[in-house]
Amino acid sequence: MAALSEDYQFPTVGDEQIKLLERLSNACAVSGDEGEVRKIVKSEILPYADEVKVDVLGNVLATRKGTGEHRLKVMLAAHMDEVGLMLTHDNGDGIYRFETVGGISASDLAGKSVWIGKDHIPGVIGIEPIHLAHGDNHQKPIDMDDLHIDVGPATGKEKVGDRATFATTFMRLGPSLRGKALDNRLGVASLIELVKHAPPNIDLQAAFTVQEEISARGARVAAYAFNPDIAIILDSTPAYDLPSWETDENDRYNTRLDAGPAIYVADSSTLSDPRLIRFTIETAEANRIPYQLRQPGGGGTDAGAIHKQREGIPSISISIPGRYHHSPAAIARLVDWQNTLALVAAVLSHLTPEILTSDR
Amino acid sequence: MKPLIQKLVETQGPSGYETQIRSVVRAEVEPYADDLKVDALGNMIVRKGKGGAQGIKIMLAAHIDEIGVMVTQVDANGFIRFTTLGGVRPYTCVGGRVRFLNGAAGVISMEPLDDMSKMPTFEQLYIDMGCSSSDEAPVRVGDVATFDRPFLDLGGRLVAKSLDDRIGVAVLIETLRQIKDTPHQLYFVFSTQEEVGVRGATAAAFGVDPDLGLAVDVTGTGDTPRRTKVRMDVSLGKGPAIKVRDGGMLADRRVVDWMVKAAEHLSLPYQMEILEGGSTDARAMQLTRAGIPAGCLSIPCRYIHSPSEMVDFADVQNAVTLLIELVSHPVKL
Amino acid sequence: MTELLPFLNELISAPGLSGYEIGVRPIIEKAWEPITDQLSTSRLGSLHGFQRGTGDEPRPSIMVAAHMDAIGLMVNAIIDGFLRVTSIGGIDVRVLPGQLVTVHGQKDLPGMIVPTPVRLLPTRFQAGVVPLEYLLVDVGLLPDEVANLVRIGDTISFAQPALNTGGETLTGHTLDNRAAVAALTSCLDILHSRPHMWDVWAVATVQEETTYGGALTSAFQLRPSLCVSMDVTFGSEPSSPSHLTFPLGRGPTLGWGPVVHPYLFKTIKEVAERLEIPISTEPTPRYSGTDSEAMVAVAEGIPNVVIGIPLRYMHTPVEMIALKDITRAGRLAAEFIAQLDETFMAKLTWED
Repeated sequence: MAALSEDYQFPTVGDEQIKLLERLSNACAVSGDEGEVRKIVKSEILPYADEVKVDVLGNVLATRKGTGEHRLKVMLAAHMDEVGLMLTHDNGDGIYRFETVGGISASDLAGKSVWIGKDHIPGVIGIEPIHLAHGDNHQKPIDMDDLHIDVGPATGKEKVGDRATFATTFMRLGPSLRGKALDNRLGVASLIELVKHAPPNIDLQAAFTVQEEISARGARVAAYAFNPDIAIILDSTPAYDLPSWETDENDRYNTRLDAGPAIYVADSSTLSDPRLIRFTIETAEANRIPYQLRQPGGGGTDAGAIHKQREGIPSISISIPGRYHHSPAAIARLVDWQNTLALVAAVLSHLTPEILTSDR
Repeated sequence: MKPLIQKLVETQGPSGYETQIRSVVRAEVEPYADDLKVDALGNMIVRKGKGGAQGIKIMLAAHIDEIGVMVTQVDANGFIRFTTLGGVRPYTCVGGRVRFLNGAAGVISMEPLDDMSKMPTFEQLYIDMGCSSSDEAPVRVGDVATFDRPFLDLGGRLVAKSLDDRIGVAVLIETLRQIKDTPHQLYFVFSTQEEVGVRGATAAAFGVDPDLGLAVDVTGTGDTPRRTKVRMDVSLGKGPAIKVRDGGMLADRRVVDWMVKAAEHLSLPYQMEILEGGSTDARAMQLTRAGIPAGCLSIPCRYIHSPSEMVDFADVQNAVTLLIELVSHPVKL
Repeated sequence: MTELLPFLNELISAPGLSGYEIGVRPIIEKAWEPITDQLSTSRLGSLHGFQRGTGDEPRPSIMVAAHMDAIGLMVNAIIDGFLRVTSIGGIDVRVLPGQLVTVHGQKDLPGMIVPTPVRLLPTRFQAGVVPLEYLLVDVGLLPDEVANLVRIGDTISFAQPALNTGGETLTGHTLDNRAAVAALTSCLDILHSRPHMWDVWAVATVQEETTYGGALTSAFQLRPSLCVSMDVTFGSEPSSPSHLTFPLGRGPTLGWGPVVHPYLFKTIKEVAERLEIPISTEPTPRYSGTDSEAMVAVAEGIPNVVIGIPLRYMHTPVEMIALKDITRAGRLAAEFIAQLDETFMAKLTWED
């Protein structure tokens, strides 16, 4: 491995970064309406990037050039959007029909409070009192069509077409971080730090993408625009590392908390480039950074759109594990975030063009 | 041609991990190539012919990848849980053997079923590699394997794993070898990751930027025992099939007519193909850049995505003859 | 000036299933020829009509897409002179038994979809919906004749004649999306006699019902600065949920969702308000189901806006549409285009 230039400072996670994550987590950015997060991203990276632009879909595309010779163009992508709701019909009296944007279950919505629109107007999603439920209705799954958002007496500020998110305020819980939209504000916060601490051996192309939760089309156009040599996608992936009820061993854990960054081998939309998998693992082992291989299978990241762009872009996803994504609150570990950032920075700072001349 | 087919089907190349099969194909095509390159997704792109006034740029694609499995967990007792690469079915797995890229082998079995009349799910299947603990297992999460089954020559019919789409690869190689003169620039694309969603060809088509695209792949048949008249109207031995549509595309009607006319000109048997599910690299070619007329020459194949796929050798030879005819003359759509 | 009702009648009487749009394209060509500066066809068969703008070069351009392909059926087997079929596009098989159709064989053959006698069906289908695989088409000819005239892969169109209901509405098959083709034609008509700074590409797209392939590839080829898709949307009908549908005759809809650029939405809405064209906002939280799905993610991304025309009974052979909604949609698109100036693209930003 190439020696690192001595003045390169690795990014780290401390109080300042946690405060940034808190702001990002509390911001609302349902797919297609990422403005609130975009604003934070722009202001954070502007002093560090050589160029920052917002494209027509709303992606923030920033480049920071390195100084070494034979620099790879490396695209780092983190999606800004989160799953949420859109108000679709005004029933009057402050009651709105809504539809989900991205995968959210009806039971995660029932009895929860929400923030609507840019002003975070509060509302609730109530259901009928258990006393009034007919027969055994309260034992049946909740039907999404029965749910409404209630803002109380209409404020006149919310309207059909506004987006809504879970109304959850970020908290630190000992070793853990709890908040809404940690999928993928953890990735966004990490990418902001990497722009601030970009290794000099590469040209960093940072894509803070839109609409990952519904189509990954933001990543698609970002990859087309950047036309990178390599892409690394920073996301947060579910940890289903709970006790297993039926078997001795939980064989569908996907990832585990405290086990380090989750390296993707395969999901339903991408087979990671085997050269990048090998290199990432070798880098983790050489630097004694813990890592885990995410269980291959379903799910998907922006890599699905990116790796097929133009003539093909070798890609890999690296995720911070988190429990309870797409629900009112997710829980992740600070230490996993720290290790993920350390691993990605180590990978980037050791990347050389030779990786692409070997057979994949 | 049979030794070539045997060599191709007995080589491993699960989607995303096509290194071995690519090097086997490379050895076969390199002497005939005017130019050869491997792109970022591992597609091997071979150019033949310079093209002339009458010529266009034609992309011919056959995928070198095959279906397979990938480890999701090695449990404490050394049993392997897995996920699939491409359209593997549970009922073709049980009792089957798999071989990992590092050479390690195992057998697939299943948990006892509560209801023997129901199909097992993948969650109930596992690979037994003869180990007693996770430490002994010669594989880890993310490792890939293909089904292990030798080539079988039944005379007129050939049986093997991965005839989907090594038979198409064989047709392309044979075409490349036999073709004498072409007015076109022919791009033979040995594509990757078709089984997981025509990913390789998507990138290759963008890179080649052809005027016309033709995939060579297998298609299903309706000529096996079943208790219904609802069956696909394609049979083994009745000639290569000309795709009209499949689950992912409507073939360009001009390309369909072009192929039909050529087959009739040669008095070759052919069949019209309508496939309800699945798609081929032709879809990726049709939708690349500003779009290109695209179609597919299909080899009828029974038991697709099982370890014992079957094709008719005459269909294969007729496909080569038809393909050579198609690309040897100026194309007017 | 193309007269709406006869033109639309002609459009919906023409075949042109997805992938086989050649059946309708000449009719559109004929209508566009006098009102465009240039006509061409994409490699997949989409029709490109160009109207040159008056602005200084390099001029921005806008692409307005309306898909011309239709849903229908395709022959996939011939059994004893009957045709077994598969569908092209999303078809509700429940409405098929008894429908009159045209089989596009060696020549056009009138036929009908057989209302299968229940006693002949496998027991498991005797109650409930008869799957498409068990619906046959009968063209009234003897098996030998059928074998000579019909080939696997031949397309089948619906054959219900259009009905002008009550003078204000038209009903028939394929109003999805020939109604929007008519609206786009009326937009071109207006812009033909009206100065506009921007170049305009009117595109009658192919294969919207299957892959959005026409819009995807034409947008890549033409690389416009903006895209508009014109398509039908769900009209209010007795059995439909009111929150997902829009009344007939009360104007077009403007889509609002992830494929729509908010500034474009705002601008076109202001145009509608200024001209007193009634419109509704149509929330499409995830997918618009239009050509914009493809066009928005072409190359480095293209800002889109979606204009919808309410239509009842979508994807049945008795679709119904209000003629004045078509005219209004065409006028709205034209007025929006006519007000585009050199500064527009600079103003098109994200208000964060």
